[in-house]
Parts: sequence; structure tokens; C-alpha cells
Amino acid sequence: MRMGVTALLLTLFAPLIGAAAVLFIGRNQERAIRVVTLLFSLCTLGISALLLPEFNSASHQMQFVVDVPWIAALDTGFRIGLDGTNLLMVLLTTFIMPIALLAGWKGITQRVKEFNVLMLMLQFAMTGVFVALDTFLFYVFWELILIPMALIIGIWGGTERIYASVKFFIYTLVGSLLMLIAIIWLGFAAEAQGIGFTADLLKLRSVAPNIPSNIQFWLFLAFALSFFIKVPLFPVHTWLPDAHTQAPTAGSVVLASLLLKLGAYGLIRFNLELFPQTSVALAGALSVLAVVGIIYGALVAMVQTDMKRLIAYSSVSHMGFVVLGIFSLTVEGVQGAVIQMVNHGITTGALFICIGVLYERRHTREIADYGGVTSVMPRFAVLFTIAMFGSIGLPGLNGFVGEYLTLLGSFRSPFLNNWAYAIAATSGVIFAACYLLWLFKRLMYGKNNNPANHHLRDLTRLEYWQLVPLTIVMIWIGMAPRTVMSYAEQSVRNVVQNIENITFTRTAHNQP
Amino acid sequence: MNTEILGSLPLVVIWLALGAIGIVIQAFIKRDSSVVYGYYMATLAVTGILAATTLWSRGTAFNNMITLGGAAAFFDILFCIAGILAMLASKPYMQRMKAGFDEFYTIMVGSIAGMMLMAHAQNMLVMFIGLELMSVSFYVLAGFMRTSNRSVEASLKYFLLGAFASGFLVYGIALIYGATGSLQYGDIFTVVLGGTSQYPLLLAIGSVLLIVGLSFKIAAFPFHQWVPDVYEGAPTIVTSFMSTAGKAAAFSAILPAFTALMPMVKTAALTPQLQLTLAIVSAVTMLVGNITAVVQKSVKRMLAFSSVAHAGYLLMGVVAGTADGHDAIMFYLTAYTFMQLGAFVVVSMLETNDETSLTFDAYAGLSKRNPPLAAAMAIFMFSLAGIPPLAGFFGKYLLFIAAIDAGFTWLTIVAVASSVISVWFYLGLVVKMYFQDAEHSAVQPPSGTSAVTVAVCTTATVVLGILPTLITNLLASW
Repeated sequence: MRMGVTALLLTLFAPLIGAAAVLFIGRNQERAIRVVTLLFSLCTLGISALLLPEFNSASHQMQFVVDVPWIAALDTGFRIGLDGTNLLMVLLTTFIMPIALLAGWKGITQRVKEFNVLMLMLQFAMTGVFVALDTFLFYVFWELILIPMALIIGIWGGTERIYASVKFFIYTLVGSLLMLIAIIWLGFAAEAQGIGFTADLLKLRSVAPNIPSNIQFWLFLAFALSFFIKVPLFPVHTWLPDAHTQAPTAGSVVLASLLLKLGAYGLIRFNLELFPQTSVALAGALSVLAVVGIIYGALVAMVQTDMKRLIAYSSVSHMGFVVLGIFSLTVEGVQGAVIQMVNHGITTGALFICIGVLYERRHTREIADYGGVTSVMPRFAVLFTIAMFGSIGLPGLNGFVGEYLTLLGSFRSPFLNNWAYAIAATSGVIFAACYLLWLFKRLMYGKNNNPANHHLRDLTRLEYWQLVPLTIVMIWIGMAPRTVMSYAEQSVRNVVQNIENITFTRTAHNQP
Repeated sequence: MNTEILGSLPLVVIWLALGAIGIVIQAFIKRDSSVVYGYYMATLAVTGILAATTLWSRGTAFNNMITLGGAAAFFDILFCIAGILAMLASKPYMQRMKAGFDEFYTIMVGSIAGMMLMAHAQNMLVMFIGLELMSVSFYVLAGFMRTSNRSVEASLKYFLLGAFASGFLVYGIALIYGATGSLQYGDIFTVVLGGTSQYPLLLAIGSVLLIVGLSFKIAAFPFHQWVPDVYEGAPTIVTSFMSTAGKAAAFSAILPAFTALMPMVKTAALTPQLQLTLAIVSAVTMLVGNITAVVQKSVKRMLAFSSVAHAGYLLMGVVAGTADGHDAIMFYLTAYTFMQLGAFVVVSMLETNDETSLTFDAYAGLSKRNPPLAAAMAIFMFSLAGIPPLAGFFGKYLLFIAAIDAGFTWLTIVAVASSVISVWFYLGLVVKMYFQDAEHSAVQPPSGTSAVTVAVCTTATVVLGILPTLITNLLASW
């Protein structure tokens, strides 16, 4: 237990220490900067792996809890801890970051020092969001993400980078400021319940279901809007294609693999845990939005001519499954959502790296500029195929597990009580096959007609280091999903049981 | 008796240092020597330290006209720190602008003496005297670059409108005196609380006129029109000082005055109306300030409008009227002083005689030309926009809490909406500095001691954001 706490603290703070260390390296020693940054992120990965044996997956309680008072008057503290859900998210973060850094190894040539510092800051902030057990601390970390991410898009991005960066910033800020009001209001609502003004999430969790339902409704919406923007859920997704397309490869990987997960995680941690009644009441409406997002994202992805934009819209579609799973409010659905979050992080990360590989060689993201690439880059073609099938959801690879569970959850959900959601959402899987296979056909098959594509180099060692670990995890989760899912099982079961208990007792009361 | 003497020491010291010794020194020494500069620096430092020793003492002096210790001492320290920081930055700037005369420091310390009197005042007239001393000093400082047309114009505009506002203020004070029979805050409070005034209408009109007069000083809508021209025309260092310490001083006068006029009890018939009036002023002020700032081309003018918006945020605490609200204002003013002063000093460091040096375009590529300065400016901008974990965010958080607690959730939502608008131009400057390259490489003047100011402001902005308890615990301990 003691070791777990230490490991958790180090997982959180090692990137920050790393950022400080990199600041002291001279601007011109680019190689040293890169190596030190990578070492820090690898160390963080190693330390976070130590959490696994320490974690007791048979319990749904928060583990490795640290509680240090910060602002006593407002009952705000440095409170962190892990349950199954955020354990997986933390591990995903520590796993993706070194890969994202490698993706920027060659691609980032200017202002290397700033880039590496910002990446480590970003890792610190994201880990902080996942582990925070205090609403105020959560908000601080949540906003802390904005600055490094906006800078990464704006400095190292493509031609439209400034527009994309500002759009990302303002979009996210609108949501999060409403969340800030909700956090304060929640504190006062807790005070009305007799525990005093507080930001302690665990305390809030115990009293929040007693808050009057009209207040709960508005609190739920304020939190949800902020998270929906981050997820992103249709119709507040429009920042995402721009941000993804304009960001450098490393930035896209972080955005797609990690940043989008923050929103989905928030939905589980705040909306489901704090406002069970409202979650039940709004499950249907939100599932409709999720399904619309799944189908809309897929259809729009199909007509893209820019491959990065295509993958960006596929994220809208895939994250729709996550929201659908969450608001099915069943054990299968929520567990499916959690595993789908991990899966999406890994496969979409891999797809963005694949696109980065092509972009680095040809400096174009137009699908029409490619064709028959398989003949010159056969090894690349293999890894790209696996990532693509993972994203489509082919059985045996990771994507299948998550999509299957979320669909099953919404199919069987007693709260939705309607098959239509699952049936409509399933079409998203078919569309995914359409746009991804078609993309693959246009890029990789056919005649290699374009002279510029005749002498493309196959994967370098650096690129293997990025893609192979991701591929291994894809196959591993696809083959043995339980090894990953078992960590989150009890936490998810506990959340769902709470919702069922509250709904059940309420219906029982209403019975004459 | 003992606390009375000790507690009034900071006030006495700064007045003596200014009136009795400072002016004499100035008469007998060579012009443009650093003696005067050093002398006033020491004065401010000593005054600040003396004020710090009185933080926990309580009392009144001069026939209850002056309150001692507590919030007043807190404001004293804030004024002295702002003064020291502004003076550090002013030396290289004023010399570069060929206006480096010693009188500058005398007048500046004079304005601080006025501010401290405002913060200590327990009596409407004492407050007014302090306010006038501060204002007259500012009129002179605004026109200090007397060869520059804009500076003189700023001074004259400020003087004419300021005199007008003072008129409202005095008239309001007179009516309040007529209604309550006293100028002492304590007596006014008793009358308002008991509802025993024989002329409630006079009291109401007097209170509104007081709001008008003080709104002018804090630059709240609709009495903010002087701000952009005056802030833009005045020497940048003067602007930095006026917009921070000047605003803090106005609030230091507003807090006790409205504690007396607007008691948070049911029997005080006027309280809901005054609260609503102030809430509307607050909401419109932040919206107007931020929306107008969006279209500005000059960074100095943008910061001027943003200072209007911040007056709106600060008023939220007055609207709430609770102890929490007042604590929030004091925290926010501290944070605001560091970030806004820092931002203006950065502007002053990049300013040349060329007008274009103030535009947003002049900041393009600053992150490459001068990374530390760009980073500092970015921190000020993010803090002004209220992004955690910086000081500005925590101040807003406290103000929001106070407003929601007092039942003004709608005002908080307006504040949030206008914060989002404000991101547009704060972020716009960061975008210029970091994402765009300079079209031509501007020559940057040497920074001198201005760099110290920027370093201190940056550190304070970050530290107060991460450890807000440094201030909040102090405020809570009273």
C-alpha cells in the first residue's frame, strides 16, 4: 500500500520534475533534450507499472489515497487516488506518452526544448485530471491542459494552426467555465446537505444523490457540457477535426489517444457517480446524441479527402460508442466504454502515427496523392493493416471487445429499454469498415502511378519503436481482454449498482 | 494608546517623509541624482514594513477618523509594493522617454500617501481628502511627458472628468450627511441599520451619487469612458500604477463605505436595491470592457479596457457584501496588481518613440526575440484570463463563490461569459508572441531594473495561484 502511494505520486510528479530538468539543458543540445525527456517518460511508465501488482482489483474502493489540505477554508485539498477506471487511464497515459515523444523525434525540428517541456507538462496535467479526487484540483488540472495543448497545436501545427488552436482553446474554455460554476454550486449544495462547503469528491459522492432533482439537473448539464465538448459528442465536436488535422503528429496522438478520454472519464466520475437519478432521466436523450454522433462521424469520415481529417471524424464516431456505453448504465456498457477508451487510444494513436509516417515522406495528407504504397513499403502495410482492423473492430483485435460490449450494454439496458439505439449504432461499425477499407484501398493498393511514390523508404527503426508496442497491445487486448478489464470491473459494478439501487428504491417507494 | 501610535505609524511616516523631508531634500540637491529615487524607495520599504507589523493590531486614531491595522494595513502593504515595483520599472522607462525628472517620484509617493489615507478612512471626508490627493497626483503624473500631445491630452481629460466625478462624490457625501447626521462610517451604519433616518430619500440619492463618484475612480460602466484615452496617453508606467494601485485604493474606500451603507440585514430597506444597482453595473462593466477590448489594435488600449472589465469582476464582491466577498476582493486586487502591473511594465519595456511599438503586430515573434519576456507576458495574459493555476484564476474563483453564496448566480454566469470573451484578446496576444514570426526585427531597448519588476510580478502571479493560502489565511485570521 505504502509503495503504491509512492508510485502514484511519482507517476504524477515525475513528468513535472522532468520538465524542470529539461529547462536546465542548453537550447542547442537538442539530442540531450530529447533523450532526457524520453527517459523521464519511460521512467514514469516503469513506475506506473508498479501500480499494477499493488492494486487490489477485487475492491471498488479508492486506493493509494493521498489527502493533503490545501485551502482549508474551502475544504479543498490535494486529494488523489485510484480505482479501476482511472488506473487504466493513467496507464494508458504513461504508455502513450513515450510513443508520442518518439513520433515527434524527427517531425519536430524547431524549438525542440519548448516542445519537450510542453509535452511533459501536458502529461503531468492529464495524469492529474485522472487521479484527482477533489473537484477544485480536478478543475485546476483540467484547465492546465489547455495551455500546453494550444501551444503545441499553434507552434508546431500545419498551415491553419492558429485558427485550430484558438478554436480548441475557446471551445474547451466555454465548457470548463460552466463546470467551474457547477463545482462551486455543488459545494454549496453539499453544504445544504449538512456536510459543509467542500470540494472533496468522496464526500460529495455520498451526499450528491440527495440534492434536489431540479438542482441536480442543472449541475449534471454543466458538467456534461464540459465533458461532451472534450469527448467530443455531436454537436459540439467541431473543434476536433481542425485541431487534429493541424496538430503535429505527436500532438494528434496525444489529442486522440489521451485528451478525448478525459471527457469520457469525467462523465463516469462526475455525472454517473454524483447524479445517478439525472443520469437515468437523461440516458435516452444522450444516447440519441451518441448514436447520431456515431453515424454522422462515420458518414462525414467517408467523404474526406484528407486522411488526417478522416481519422479525426472516425474519432467522433468511435467516441460515440463510449458515450453510448456509459449512458446504457449497465455493467457491460460502462465496462465496454472503459475498454473502448483504452482501445481507441491505442488504435487511433497507431493510425495517426501511420499517417505521420506517410506525411513525413511525402509532405501531403491528400489521399489522392498516394496509391500502391504497399509495393514499396510492405512492412508498413502490415502494421497499418493491423491498426486499421483494430479500429474497424475485427474480432481478435482490441476494437471488437469495446464495441461489442457497448452495443450489448445499450441493447440490454433496462434504462433505455429500447433496441433501436443498439441497432442504429451497429451501422456505425459497418460504416467504419467502409471508410477505413476504402482509405486503405486508395492509399495502399492499386498501381503505384505517382513517380513521387516510387522510392518511399519502408519503416525506420524509430518508427518500429512507435508502432510495434501499440500493435502488441492491440493483439493482447483482442486476445485476452479480461487481463485488462478485470481491473476496472469492481469500480464499474459499484457505479452501476448505485444507480440501480437508487432507481429501484425510488420505484419501490412509488408503488402503493 | 500604544496601538494608536504604533498603528498610525505607517501613515505618519509616509506623510512626514513626503512633506517634511522629501521636498526639502529635493530643493537642495542636484537634479536627476539618484538620491531622491533611493530616498523614496526607502520610504516605501519602511512604510510597508511598518504596516506589516500592524497587520494584527486593531484600533482607531484621530478621534475615530482613522482605522488602524487589519484591512487598512493590508492595503498599505499592497500600495507600497505596487509603488516600489512601479518605481523600479519607471527609472529606465522615464529616462528613455526623456522625462526622467525627480518630481516624478515625489508625486508618485504623494499619490500613495493619498491612497493610504483612503484605506484608513473611517470618515467620509477623510476618505475624500485621500481620494483627492491621489487623484491630483495622478492628473500630474498622466501629463508627465509634457512634450507629448497625447500625454497632455490624457492629463487634461482625466482632470476635467475627474473633477466632475469628485463633484458627484462630495454631493453624495453631503446628502448622506444630511440624511444621517454624521460623516463617520460607524454612525451612518447605525442609522442605516436601524432605518432611523428621517430622510430616506436623501440617503438613497446620496448613496447613488457615491456610487457614481467611486465608479468613476474604479472605471466602472458607464463612467469608464475616460479610461482608454487616459491610460493610453499617460506614460505606460503611470498607467501601470494608476490601473492597479489606483483601483485598489478606490476599492479600499468602497469596502468600508458600503459596509456602512449596505448592511446585509433585512431591516436595511435600501440594501436589495443597492445590491441590484451594483450588480447591474458590475455585469455591464465586465461585458462592455471585454467586448470593447476585443476590437483594439493597441496592446496598451486593450489592457486599458481589460482593466475596466476587471473592475466589473471586482464589483461582484461588493455586490455580495459578505465578509467572504470582501476577502475575495482583497485577494483579487493583490493578484490583479501583480499581473496587470507586470503586463503594463512589459509593454513599457517594448515601447519606443514609434507609435507602432504598442500594436499587437509589434509583439509578433517575441517568443523568439526575447523568450523570458514573452513567457512572463504569457503568464500575465493567462492569469488575467483566469486560467489556473495562476493567481487571477483563484481570485475569480473566490469572487464566484461569494457571488453564488449571496444568491447572484446570474451575475456569475455573466462573469463567465465575459471571461470567455476576454480569452479572445488575451490569447490573441499569446498567439502573436508565440505563433507568428516578426515581419521586421524590432530593436528592443535595454530593460534595466524593469526586469526586476517583471520577475517579481511573474513569481507572485504563479506563487499566489499555487499557494493562495498565503493571503487567504491572513484574511481569514481577522
